[in-house]
Amino acid sequence: MSEPKVATSVPPADEIKTTTCYMCACRCGIQVHLKDGKVRYIDGNRKHPVNRGVICGKGSAGIMQHYAPSRLKAPLLRTGPRGSGQFKEITWEEALTTATSWLSQVRASDPRKLAMFTGRDQSQSLTGWWAMQFGTPNFAAHGGFCSVNMAAAGLYTFGGSFWEFGEPDWEHTKYFLLFGVAEDHGSNPIKAALGKLKQRSAKIVSVNPVRTGYNAIADEWLGVKPGTDGVLVGALIHELFRTNNVDLDYLVRYTNAPWLVIQDKGAKDDGLFARDADGKVLAWDKTTDSLARADRTDITPALVGEFTLPDGRRAVPSFRLLAERFLSSEYTPEAAEKICGVPAGTIRRIAEEMADVAFQQTVTLPIKWTDWAGREHDSITGRPVSVHAMRGISAHSNGFHTCRMLHIMQILLGTIDVPGGFRYKAPFPRPAPPGARPVGKPEQVKPNTALPGMHLGFVHGPEDLLVDADGKPSRIDKAFSWEAPIAAHGMMQMVITNAALADPYPVDVLFMYMANMAWNSSMNIGATLDYLTATNEDGSYKIPKVIYSDAYASETVAYADLILPDTTYLERYDCISLLDRPISEPDGPADAIRHPVVAPDRNVRPFQDVLIELGARLGLPGFTKEDGTPRYPGGYPDYIVNHERSPGVGPLAGWRGADGSKFGMGEPNPKQLERYIENGAFHLHHLEPGQRYMKHANRGYLEFAKSVGFIPHADPIVFQLYCEPLQKFRLAARGHGSVQPPDRYRQRIERFFDPLPFWYAPFEGGLIDDRAYPMHAVTQRPMAMYHAWGSQNAWLRQIHAANRLFMHRDRARELGIGDDDWVWISSHIGRVKAQVQLMEGVNPDTVWTWNAIGKRAGAWGLDADAPEATRGFLLNHLIAELLPPRDGGYRYANADPVTGQAAWYDLRVRIEKAPAAEVHETFPRFEPLPSPTGITPPAVSDFGRAFNKDRA
Amino acid sequence: MTALPASTKRKLGLVIDLDTCVGCQACATSCKEWNTGGYSAPLSDIDPYGADPHGAWLNRVHAYDVGEGATSRTVHFPRSCLHCETPACVTVCPTGASYKRAEDGIVLVNPDTCIGCKLCSWACAYGAREFDAADGVMKKCTLCVDRIYNEHLPEEDRVPACVRACPTSARHFGDLGDPDSAVSQLVKQRGGVDLLPEMGFKPVNKYLPPRPRRDATTLAAPAAPETASPSNGSVMDRFFTWADQMLSR
Amino acid sequence: MHPAYSVILFTTSSGAGFGLLAWLAFGILTSPPASSFTFYLVAFALAYTLAIGGLLCSTFHLGHPERAWRALSQWRTSWLSREGVAAIAALGIGALLALAALADVPVWLQRILAAPTLVLALATVWCTGMIYETLPTIRAWSHVLTTEVYLMLALASGALVLTTILALLGWPSPGAAWAAIVLLALSALMKAIYWNGIDAAPRTFTVGSAVGLGAGTKVRPLLEAHTEANFVMREMGYRVARKHADKLRLMVMAFAFAVPILLLVLLIAKPVLGPFAATLATISAGIGLFTERWLFFAEAQHVVTLYYGAARA
Repeated sequence: MSEPKVATSVPPADEIKTTTCYMCACRCGIQVHLKDGKVRYIDGNRKHPVNRGVICGKGSAGIMQHYAPSRLKAPLLRTGPRGSGQFKEITWEEALTTATSWLSQVRASDPRKLAMFTGRDQSQSLTGWWAMQFGTPNFAAHGGFCSVNMAAAGLYTFGGSFWEFGEPDWEHTKYFLLFGVAEDHGSNPIKAALGKLKQRSAKIVSVNPVRTGYNAIADEWLGVKPGTDGVLVGALIHELFRTNNVDLDYLVRYTNAPWLVIQDKGAKDDGLFARDADGKVLAWDKTTDSLARADRTDITPALVGEFTLPDGRRAVPSFRLLAERFLSSEYTPEAAEKICGVPAGTIRRIAEEMADVAFQQTVTLPIKWTDWAGREHDSITGRPVSVHAMRGISAHSNGFHTCRMLHIMQILLGTIDVPGGFRYKAPFPRPAPPGARPVGKPEQVKPNTALPGMHLGFVHGPEDLLVDADGKPSRIDKAFSWEAPIAAHGMMQMVITNAALADPYPVDVLFMYMANMAWNSSMNIGATLDYLTATNEDGSYKIPKVIYSDAYASETVAYADLILPDTTYLERYDCISLLDRPISEPDGPADAIRHPVVAPDRNVRPFQDVLIELGARLGLPGFTKEDGTPRYPGGYPDYIVNHERSPGVGPLAGWRGADGSKFGMGEPNPKQLERYIENGAFHLHHLEPGQRYMKHANRGYLEFAKSVGFIPHADPIVFQLYCEPLQKFRLAARGHGSVQPPDRYRQRIERFFDPLPFWYAPFEGGLIDDRAYPMHAVTQRPMAMYHAWGSQNAWLRQIHAANRLFMHRDRARELGIGDDDWVWISSHIGRVKAQVQLMEGVNPDTVWTWNAIGKRAGAWGLDADAPEATRGFLLNHLIAELLPPRDGGYRYANADPVTGQAAWYDLRVRIEKAPAAEVHETFPRFEPLPSPTGITPPAVSDFGRAFNKDRA
Repeated sequence: MTALPASTKRKLGLVIDLDTCVGCQACATSCKEWNTGGYSAPLSDIDPYGADPHGAWLNRVHAYDVGEGATSRTVHFPRSCLHCETPACVTVCPTGASYKRAEDGIVLVNPDTCIGCKLCSWACAYGAREFDAADGVMKKCTLCVDRIYNEHLPEEDRVPACVRACPTSARHFGDLGDPDSAVSQLVKQRGGVDLLPEMGFKPVNKYLPPRPRRDATTLAAPAAPETASPSNGSVMDRFFTWADQMLSR
Repeated sequence: MHPAYSVILFTTSSGAGFGLLAWLAFGILTSPPASSFTFYLVAFALAYTLAIGGLLCSTFHLGHPERAWRALSQWRTSWLSREGVAAIAALGIGALLALAALADVPVWLQRILAAPTLVLALATVWCTGMIYETLPTIRAWSHVLTTEVYLMLALASGALVLTTILALLGWPSPGAAWAAIVLLALSALMKAIYWNGIDAAPRTFTVGSAVGLGAGTKVRPLLEAHTEANFVMREMGYRVARKHADKLRLMVMAFAFAVPILLLVLLIAKPVLGPFAATLATISAGIGLFTERWLFFAEAQHVVTLYYGAARA
């Protein structure tokens, strides 16, 4: 008998369409293989700069995102009480008429009463611009509970940041430290890079309470206690100073280390930089033994010492203050060990290893480049130590300063934008901090009027805050107020609470997109649901109208009044813009589009199309022509091609100009989208080799960046080790200046607006009885679910249909808890029941779980008894959005005091074994939600049979 | 066809690097996605949106706690058919649906003749064969036999879907019968191992074990510094003396 | 291993059926001609009902029962295929034997048919045992006595059924009863040796070896591949608790062996109670053997469990 003949060369597709993935912030290039008009499979686009052909667990399961029965199928209007999940289907005309009537009333009376928050929006440059045209100050996306600490700390320190703003030089780095990274922002690029590092045997050090995923393959794992990374980094800096391992040449060239800081206690300019009559910062020139402008290239600046200013006052180089801070006894390895748990000897060794790689194993590339002063160089030498950090740093109330310390450590080693170090991705670097100020001061908000600028920006001092004369916040989320002055991404996490409590004022319409605020995107879910359904005495809702757009039957759908159903990512246009969250590479700016590869099979519309039409119906200036007709009648693709933010600058940078020959700046090109589609849905501009490193001080790069509108001028970007804007807030707290904080903020501003970074204990542990809640609790998303919108995906949910509470085996033994036991997890605001999984690789004082696996019964198109609802749980129930009362009863947001970043990793808990007699099921559980689609999910999914007809 | 070929021309298989795998599941879902519409179509899912979701998968990724205490480590472990040289799953098959290809050593199930008796799954030590309850036949890794020879795919894509997808390049595909092949060389360099060699099935796929750690368990800490004494100045003074250099911008 | 009722019913029922068929053939080969139409009708009918009923039962666990015929093709390598071939051959020639016996053809002709029927009926049971015994992935099954126990239990249960038929027809046969007693006792002894053997067998396969990290390495599951049970876990992950298994073993010893033996002794001692005692003995043995077969699966640990939490197998 012979072997059966196998058809080994069956055409797998009739057509391959190239587009961009949309299940996380990575935005990889994908090829969608279509057979008989249906999606057969999706793989990675080898030519795409982000993923170079690879694809992750979610990306490969995208097909099930597309086939999910939980996809909304038509616009819905609420018919039952809010939260009941009772809706009727309406037409798009009815939906848009309703939304227009609600919104036009708000715009005509008080535009502040629209709160528009767009979650994991990848089109913020459109949605923000829409809100700006509307005239409400209340716009932001999800950065407030994601990673604004990282973004702000980086931008205020060196005009860049981790994730979209830059990445390690994977090709050359020899020592890579990973701080608090699960699979955050850059999943495939980081995975691919780790693979490369492994091939080269570069050392990978992981700092994380949990040893899973990337951390599992690190050469060294440091299982710190959550929220203590800062003291560890501080001790590493201490060691670099102690052992004279800092790159002094780099510091005098590229940083404000030599800048003189006025030392005059009580003065209105104490702690500010000494400036000459023209306002130029001064340094001490050792050659001439005199003061000199710090930006001069012919001086020999002093980094230490103490000098006298012309007015007789004392000033010292900021570097001296930095060195004093970190050489103090607070940051010795021994002191750090007591707090973070990493042995002092290990800290010393890591510092020694970093220094050895940085100073003894340099990488020199034969690249000619010209520095900011016009000096030409034949090569670039790099110190190949690199860092990536993410939510483990950012989601703490001390995250801003911790992240600043990380960047300062990189800068002290001379590793920013050098071979083997950290490299910027365009449009970064930008000035530190960038120039754009936030917009939305009380006087900037007027009925039927657009705001004069975009909402989110960077305060340079108290005068930039969005507060009224009494210091009261202008924004509903209190971003850019004394509560969170540098809230560069807004504070979406506070919107529902503040709106329901009318603090600082009530709103009329809450408009949300892609944010599951009635479940896993909110802290303290029970309270959030109460706020969403809270009524006034007359029975009206405290948040009168809620409009929500989502593609799926998420929990939040049930809490909205009007649902605008979105498409899946394969059915729409999108724009991954340099104006927004770019996908650039260190070697060049890049942007991308999504375009429909299949047509929607239900009555849904892309949210951006709907928003543009709403803008036209409302008569918003940017969305209508002078004659009142719609400016973008072709919807989002029309906008992508023809919108100009400033002359010649539009959403896409590639193939601009009438003939498509221009990059960055140029008139709209009607064939732009076709050109993107031909090129695999992305555009990558290759920087000249001489522009690729030292971008902050590289004349070739800086002039290029100015020419395409990335930066306003080609001046070098000077790293701010000492952050003067923070000192300005401090001075205000001391009573200086015209913009003054309400008294209750003074002490807080004085303490936390230190111009030099410092470590302090996360707030929650200090405000509650930490003996009652001795454990730290953190979460991470599993790789196969990272940034993915829910459990509607039949394949991914098989991998993670329920979650466990992971804890250290030894600690569990002490508590009498065994593997698979059920436990109660209690925090100061509530308790959750979960099943335990014991492990070795976790900090013993820490428990953790996979985030957002737990679902409310009935949501996401799942049966009410799905494991997600019976054995899946969220820690969100335990996390307070407000801190316990203090300072006269006021409750601050549970957030970083500088940026307003939600501090959901500060959580403290107590773990107790659940009595054996209890039902083995999670708690709390809410009433099951009815399906808003009425679709009964299939009992068997075997759609693939259709692709193999020969066998059927 | 359950008699095994006396020898196979090639021994195609996978080499999986446990030092590099981060457990991302990309190999598992990309496998599922390709194969649910390919040779093995469909890979059915039962109760896909209900209380007991389970389906046929040809590749599954586990994570294990290895060792205890300071020397412990977390190891991710993808598991699929090892395309054994002497696969008992083939010889027990009563219908001949299971066979090992003489050409390349791939172990396949003919879905048109399999009766779904599940005996092969009992014979396999590695849990590589799964019964597709909706399709009534056994499913297993085909090493993407419908990709690796597929002339409709670009040549660089003629590798198993899992290898094509793997973001960390922890999976390698090639001829393990050829000692000069890249995969054979990799196995040699890294000390690739067989799973359960004592069972005697002679797996073709190899696993590369995690490399030794470079951490406190293997490296000595530098000596603690002497505390500052009046004679050598404080730590801070010493640093300031060093940093007081003539530095040019 | 998951104790699937279809397979349990199949092996117990078919075992008894082929055992009975073997005894009928043996009787024709060795006994003086004693034609009895009623006896042969009842006995062969019962043998065929048990054998074919069991075989049909076994097809219930197939994904494609309509393709079952394909299972006859691989007799060169597959014990399952051999079992099918042997069963069909045994039943085919056995059918001729039945017709010959019923038609009361000359005894030499019956004996020509009886010899292969005997061999093939035993061969079928032998093949069934070998399906299990040749799986090195399941330590409890690859025990040297697995097939012998299968064969012995088939013969014992066949003898018991034969004794019962004779008793019910009013021809109590102390010979058959003695044969059943001896075989049941031997079976009990072998089963005890088997249990002792599998309990004592060292579990040499380790999870460390299964994941390639060294046989002695401590390896514990951290994250299951999927949170919900898959086919492999459902089919091969079943394991009865030791305490429960011990009770069930006692039950097997009592119901499958001790009670039937006592009842058969009663039958011999008081032939008047024969029909009652024999019927009761058969029912008791049925319960006992069903339990024995359930345990055969439930106590067997598959080596694949190493990937799902077992430290050794």
